[in-house]
Amino acid sequence: MSAFFAIVQRDLVLAMRRKNEVITAVFFFVVVAALFPLGIGPEMNTLRLVAPGILWVGALLASMLSLGRMFAADHADGTLEQMALSPSSLSLLVAAKILAHWLLSGLPLVLLAPVLGLQFDLSASALWTLTLSLLLGTPILSLIGAVGAALTLGVRGGDVLLSLLVLPLYVPALVFGAGAVQAEISGLGASAHLSILAAMALVAAVFSPWASAASLRIALES
Amino acid sequence: MMQKLFHYASPQNFYPLAGKLWPVFAALATALTVWGLWLGLFVAPADFQQGEGYRIIFVHVPASWMSMVIYLAMAFWALLGLTFNTRLSGMMTRALAPTGAIFAFLSLWTGALWGKPMWGAWWVWDARLTSELILFFLYLGYIALTSAIDDSRRSDKAGGILALVGALNVPVIYFSVKWWNTLHQGASVSMTQGSSMAKTMLEAMLIMGVAFWMHAIAIALYRVRNIILVRERHAQWVADLPEVKAHALKEPS
Repeated sequence: MSAFFAIVQRDLVLAMRRKNEVITAVFFFVVVAALFPLGIGPEMNTLRLVAPGILWVGALLASMLSLGRMFAADHADGTLEQMALSPSSLSLLVAAKILAHWLLSGLPLVLLAPVLGLQFDLSASALWTLTLSLLLGTPILSLIGAVGAALTLGVRGGDVLLSLLVLPLYVPALVFGAGAVQAEISGLGASAHLSILAAMALVAAVFSPWASAASLRIALES
Repeated sequence: MMQKLFHYASPQNFYPLAGKLWPVFAALATALTVWGLWLGLFVAPADFQQGEGYRIIFVHVPASWMSMVIYLAMAFWALLGLTFNTRLSGMMTRALAPTGAIFAFLSLWTGALWGKPMWGAWWVWDARLTSELILFFLYLGYIALTSAIDDSRRSDKAGGILALVGALNVPVIYFSVKWWNTLHQGASVSMTQGSSMAKTMLEAMLIMGVAFWMHAIAIALYRVRNIILVRERHAQWVADLPEVKAHALKEPS
């Protein structure tokens, strides 16, 4: 378990030494969210309607920006091979890397989303649901994305390929995440959506580190 | 029995078996397609509500079935390949993928052709259409991943993991899209005719289903033979094959 926290801490320190990668993804989210009203028009009733979808798709794309780098640096300098050879299980170490990825690319989006939601004139309860749905949903994005990142590690044109692999798998998270906010707005209550989102996050947390570790071993073999 | 199965798990032994089997399946597919289309296009009565336009379901429904069945078959071979580490399983997974993608595309295309006269729209965000579209994306992702990796062993295994992850996700995607659709009050047109279907219509559809099944098997076997030849081109047994020898003599390059 100490290896787990050591890797989380190491990834966080590495990211803090090079802040621009984290900040770029956050700004991407802000810019995307600002572009949609320009394309759709400033009509507040329309914007309120499309806000959950826009913010969720924006978060989805922003968290994907950094996926390609999840294992790339460790693969390049041989750290990944040392991890695979280490006595603690590779799945655990991969889980630590996924947690670090979420802390760096998911959590900032969760914290920023309510501010962007204000631009779309969402009500207080809708903002709260949006934050909660992103808090439960962004870990799913990091978990599923880790499998894709491991599969495309060191592959030609890996980044574009990664989005092709991962985006269709994000559909359930998007449906229930944006759906939660819409259900809250329409007065249905978001608890069912949030429960399913939490369930999906748990299932992904069980399977993803294992599948990512298996994919990493395949990438290291060749 | 197991001995026999593992005997054919070697590409060298499977190659001649596949060569013997695929013409049989191809012939069955052709015969059944002719029979099914004849039943569907000429014998079956015109639909009471939809007129002649409904006849596209004789291609559309079997294609949708096959696009789902083939993904399951791919997941099966992927699981087999990852557990037993057999080379042939990965080749089978890859041989099935293009056929599955084509069936998924055919299903979407014929669905659009059917939807225009029936619903008045080429595309509706119906739960089935949307999940079929995502299934098509999953096929494309698999094909893109396996063709981007040059090393064949790695591409087989990576593709296998992707196929399994996708197969786990397909039911989740289907139900999430279904729920999304009902919450949004989308086009609630029921596509199920079920028991209201005339007997000849159902018969023709089932025959077409079996025909597409035979077609998929024949094509997959044919394609796996090509994959085996490409992968094993440096092996002596490939050089000793009569068809390879004949070809080498004709074109001394």
